[in-house]
Amino acid sequence: MWAFLGSDCMFFGSLIATYLVYKGESLSGPLPIDVFDIPVTSVSTFVLLMSSMSMVLAYAALTKGNLKTFRVWMLSTAIMGMTFIGFQVFEFYVFVNHHVHFECAEAGTGHLTQFEEQVAAEYCVDGVTEVDEKIGLTPRTNLFGTTFFVLTGFHGAHVTLGVVWLLSLFFFSFRRGGVTPERNLDVDLAALYWHFVDVVWIVIFTVVYLFGVFEGF
Amino acid sequence: MSQDTEQATAEAAPAEVHTGHPTAMTYFKVAMALSVITAIEVGIFYLTWLGHGIIPILAVLSIAKFALVGMFYMHLKYDHQLFSSMFVAGLVTATGIVFALMALFHFFV
Repeated sequence: MWAFLGSDCMFFGSLIATYLVYKGESLSGPLPIDVFDIPVTSVSTFVLLMSSMSMVLAYAALTKGNLKTFRVWMLSTAIMGMTFIGFQVFEFYVFVNHHVHFECAEAGTGHLTQFEEQVAAEYCVDGVTEVDEKIGLTPRTNLFGTTFFVLTGFHGAHVTLGVVWLLSLFFFSFRRGGVTPERNLDVDLAALYWHFVDVVWIVIFTVVYLFGVFEGF
Repeated sequence: MSQDTEQATAEAAPAEVHTGHPTAMTYFKVAMALSVITAIEVGIFYLTWLGHGIIPILAVLSIAKFALVGMFYMHLKYDHQLFSSMFVAGLVTATGIVFALMALFHFFV
């Protein structure tokens, strides 16, 4: 498991590097500052961090032979994992359906983002006073969209796989001898994988989201 | 480690010594630390006057969170050093890949 996690570090390292290399190279928007919603992502980050705590509590309960408590924490972890996925699906939906809305009078005043200024230059002609257009972000829109969706999509796939693994152990625990304190290595390995998914998100949250919106980076 | 010290450690945290995993209270304290660090990260993010200073601060906080999860939740602090070496080797290679690619694509210039 440790060898696999070490190799997965390199996998995500490559994806993060690709995101950073192409950061600021997009020819058209939307850009990170136009679409990222840091408060919402902070909540989903908090949910994933707390799922790591419930995972270790599930393991602790199992080693003490308390199968009932183990099931409660295990199910809680899986639910929090699904909540995180829900946040990600919501975020992707919002990005794909991103709306640009501003008054043309705001153009050139410094209130609009770089992308909105580009849109204003294109749409604010022939007496148009207001722009309300759907200009979404998809993997095909620009380099930011491609690298962002690939990186966060692969992380989401890892979380989904983790949820399936956790739920399998949860249901398996109802079988006689399925999950026992003596055979806790099965749960320990799933926990290691789950925590790894958590630490990868810690890096993504900082590098992609927080640094992403910061123009000086 | 002296005999007295070993005895004192065993008395202070018997579960940590015997199972190779931290106690439930340690897990809770780590979770609280992670939550507080995340809140600080988001708070610092809105301090625009920090300018470029925000990058090293957020990087250090992120590394701290990574280390907390790795040491306590992934119990590397309590496991054989071989496991830490395997994970850190991958991590160091990944970091090398990131910086090598960034240098190749003139990110720092």
